[in-house]
Order: sequence, then C-alpha cells, then structure tokens
Amino acid sequence: MIEQEARIPSVEIEENTDIVENAIEVRNLVIGYKSVQAYSIKKSLLKLKKVQVDEFIAVNDVSFDVKKGEILGIIGKNGSGKSTMLKALAGIFSPDSGTIDLKGHTVSLLSIGVGFEKQVTGRENILLSGMLLGFSEEEVRAKMPEIIKFAGLGKFIDMPVKTYSSGMYSKLAFSITAILETEIMLIDEVLSVGDEKFKRKSYSKMKELISNKDRTVVIVSHSISTLRDLCDKVMWMHEGKIRRIGEKNSVLDEYKEFMS
Amino acid sequence: MKRFFNDVRKYYNYEVRAAKTALKTEVAGSFLNWIWWVLDPLFTMAIYYVVFGLIFQSKVKYFTAFLFIGLTMWNFFSRNVQQSVKLVKKNRSIIAKVYIPKFVLLLTNMMVNGFKMLIAWGIVAVLMIALRVELSWYIFAFFPIMLVLIIVTFGLSTIMMHFGVFIEDLSNVISLLFRMLYYATGIFYSIEDRVGKHYPNAAKILYNYNPMALVITDMRNALLYKTGPNWKALLIWAVIGIILGMIGVRTIYKNENSYVKVI
Repeated sequence: MIEQEARIPSVEIEENTDIVENAIEVRNLVIGYKSVQAYSIKKSLLKLKKVQVDEFIAVNDVSFDVKKGEILGIIGKNGSGKSTMLKALAGIFSPDSGTIDLKGHTVSLLSIGVGFEKQVTGRENILLSGMLLGFSEEEVRAKMPEIIKFAGLGKFIDMPVKTYSSGMYSKLAFSITAILETEIMLIDEVLSVGDEKFKRKSYSKMKELISNKDRTVVIVSHSISTLRDLCDKVMWMHEGKIRRIGEKNSVLDEYKEFMS
Repeated sequence: MKRFFNDVRKYYNYEVRAAKTALKTEVAGSFLNWIWWVLDPLFTMAIYYVVFGLIFQSKVKYFTAFLFIGLTMWNFFSRNVQQSVKLVKKNRSIIAKVYIPKFVLLLTNMMVNGFKMLIAWGIVAVLMIALRVELSWYIFAFFPIMLVLIIVTFGLSTIMMHFGVFIEDLSNVISLLFRMLYYATGIFYSIEDRVGKHYPNAAKILYNYNPMALVITDMRNALLYKTGPNWKALLIWAVIGIILGMIGVRTIYKNENSYVKVI
C-alpha cells in the first residue's frame, strides 16, 4: 500500500518534465542579529539585569523560489540584507525563523578569499580550500592543473601565500571556487577581482559557468549593467524585504529610477 | 548522534589535511624546523628535572620518566581545552565563508596536539629504555588510559568551544583554573607521597575528582611501576567524558550557525 502511494507522485513528475522544478525554496525567512552579542563576565556581573540588546532584523519575512537552471540577481542598497541572505542560502547563517530548502543540491559561496593558510604554498591552499568546500582529495587534485592555469600565478603557486599581493590572493580564491563547480552557485560581488585582464577572464568564466542549464545561480551585485547582462530574473531588496521580484528589465529600470 | 559520526567521517580527510597544514605552518620559516617538536619537550623536561629532581631532591623512582609522562599527558589536555576556547574566533575566515560542523575545527586541533604528544611518547619510550625500567604486561593499559584521556579532553573541549564564543573573558578564567589544576594534578610530585602522607583525605579527593590526576597516576603505574590501573574510575570518567561530549556536540549543532554572527 505504502509503496504504491509513494510511486504515484513520482510518475506524475515524470510526465510533466516540461515544468522545471525549484532548486531553491525560501519561505518566510527571518534573520536577525540580536541577543547573540558576546559578553564578558564583568559586564554581566555589573549588570545583573538583562542587558539591553540591539535588535536588528537583516532579512524580514522573505519568500521566493529559484527554478533549476535559473539565474537570479539580487540588487539593493548597502545594508538591505543581500549578503546576509546569501550567507543563509550557503548555510553559514541559521535562519531565526522560516525555512530554506535547497532540495539537496550542493552549494558554494563564491566570494573573495576562503581563509587561506598564509604560511603554506598556494598549491596546498587549493587542496585545503577544495576539501573545505566538500570535495574529495582526488577531485581537487584532478582539477588542480585547471585551477592553477586559470589563476595564472606562475611560479608563485609553489610559494607561501603570505608572499602574494592582494590581487594574486583574490585571483587564487576566485579560481578555486570557480573551477570547483557546484550545482548552486552563490556569487557575492566578485566580478571585480584582479587586474583588467583577469577581470575580463573571470567575467567570461562566470558567464560560461552560469550559462550551464543545470546550474542555479544567485548573484548579488550593485552593478545594474552586470545583472542586466547575466540574469534571468532580478530581486530588489529594500530594508530586509523584497520590494520587487520579476523580469530583470522592469525591476532594474525601477531600481535605477529609485536610486537616482 | 548519527549525524555526528557521519560528519566526522565526511570531514575526516579535511581534518587530516588541515592538521598537517597547521603543523607545517608552525615550523615554516623556522631554522630548526620540526626539530622544535623534539627540542621543546626535552628542554621543558630538563628545566623540571633540575628544579624538582636536583634542587628539591625528589625521591620518586625513575623520576625523569615519571615527570615526562605527567607533562606529556597534561600538555595534551591543557593545550586542547585552552585552545578550544578561542578556536572559533581563530578560524573566523573559514567559518564566515563555508559551512563546516564546528567540532571539525576541534578535531583538527586535537590531531595537531596529538601529533606532538606522539613525539613526546617517543621520548618517553627512549627514556624508559635508558632508565632500564622493568616492564610488565600492564604497559598495555596505555591504550585504554589514552582513550579515556582523549574522550575527557574532547568532551570538555566541545563545551569550552561553545562558551568561548559567547563569553569574551572565558580564556582568562580557564587559564587561571588550569594553573590551579596543574598543581592539583601532581605533574612533578607524587600525590600519594607528598599529599597523602599528611592529608590522606585531600589526596583521595584529588585522585577521585580530578580526571587528570587519575589518568596520569594510572599511566605511571602501568608503564613504570608494574601496577594495574583503576579500571572502575577510568570507566566512570570515560562515561562522564562521553556525556560531556554528547552535550557539547548537541549544543554546538544547535548554535553553530549563530557563532559567525557573534565573532
């Protein structure tokens, strides 16, 4: 009996393959920074009363879906909760209420610099960061030449990371997350890494990455032109809430007008 | 609990790799490189030997080995627990970028300290041969005693790691407490001889309520003095350690995603 019941919906899905499933479902998401401030023993002894905590709601009751293969851009002024939202999607922040369902997809947050160990070589840092992102050692080793080639650091790849310039540092960080692909990629303002040449290279790599039909992408950016170029759909966040979500051109036009 | 073991397995390779990197980092650029891992414990022991062996004329049999066993186990315990307080803060750059179960950091750190302890045990073995210590079958109690030490250390560390995130001056408190505990553990004296002679009750309390005093005394008995360990007490502390660890891991799972908001 139970088996039959379980089978029925799966058949239905197979029949409706033209309906694309959701890769990300966010429901009533609330994330605040409150009551989690570190305190010292002296402070808590002196003030036996409950310390007044500043409550700041970064993301306030937000719901949206992202379909598989879709590219969603998030725009909004500073402090509107974009990055917090992205971190929550990456599983770094826990929601205070509401749910985030990634449907079991692997996810990575592409942003500047996963923590590098400064004393060891770039090569070793690639291994370390890759494994931190949940890849096995073999997988990382297999992708290693590609990462090194893309980063274009030359002989510096075998030198300790402390000798890198800040540009080289971010180039390496970008290359690691860009080449080690995951099903859902979250991109936080990394399109301006390195020198002109690397910027162009990373931009076209980004385009190539996100044009893959199976990959779901969420991009946070302040650049209207970037989002217009890359996204399918744009979400405009304002003070922790969604102000508009929908077709990119109409949302971006409205946003442009709002900001000017 | 099941999630804990799954995560441990999943991140095991990362832990090993990260521990190796941490060890490399420690000696990178230093002149004598890994020799420091041998020199450091050797010199510490030399100091203690001069002070307590020669100046205070300790009467303990095989004093050098006696001392070194105590120091080795104490260092592993105190380094792990004390470092765990600041561990989350130290790894801020990682936890702000990717999700990892936070006790993975703890396990990595334990591997680093465990490796150093392994070197120290090597020195103990050499010492025991040099001092012509008479061995017995009890030396195999080494393994269960170490297991208890590791369990208790992990249990306490998980809890310290959690509170270390929220209480800014916990590390000061802990370092004070550990200084006290250090003298109450009998690293450089024998609790039985020194305390037990004049204050038999105090000795009993130290032995019964201080897990470090227990494991260190038992280890010395097993390795040096052909005496079996106190199995019952070891078992009790193993259980306490496991319970602490379970509480700690649960608390960490529940709160770990708020850590990054605090630090």
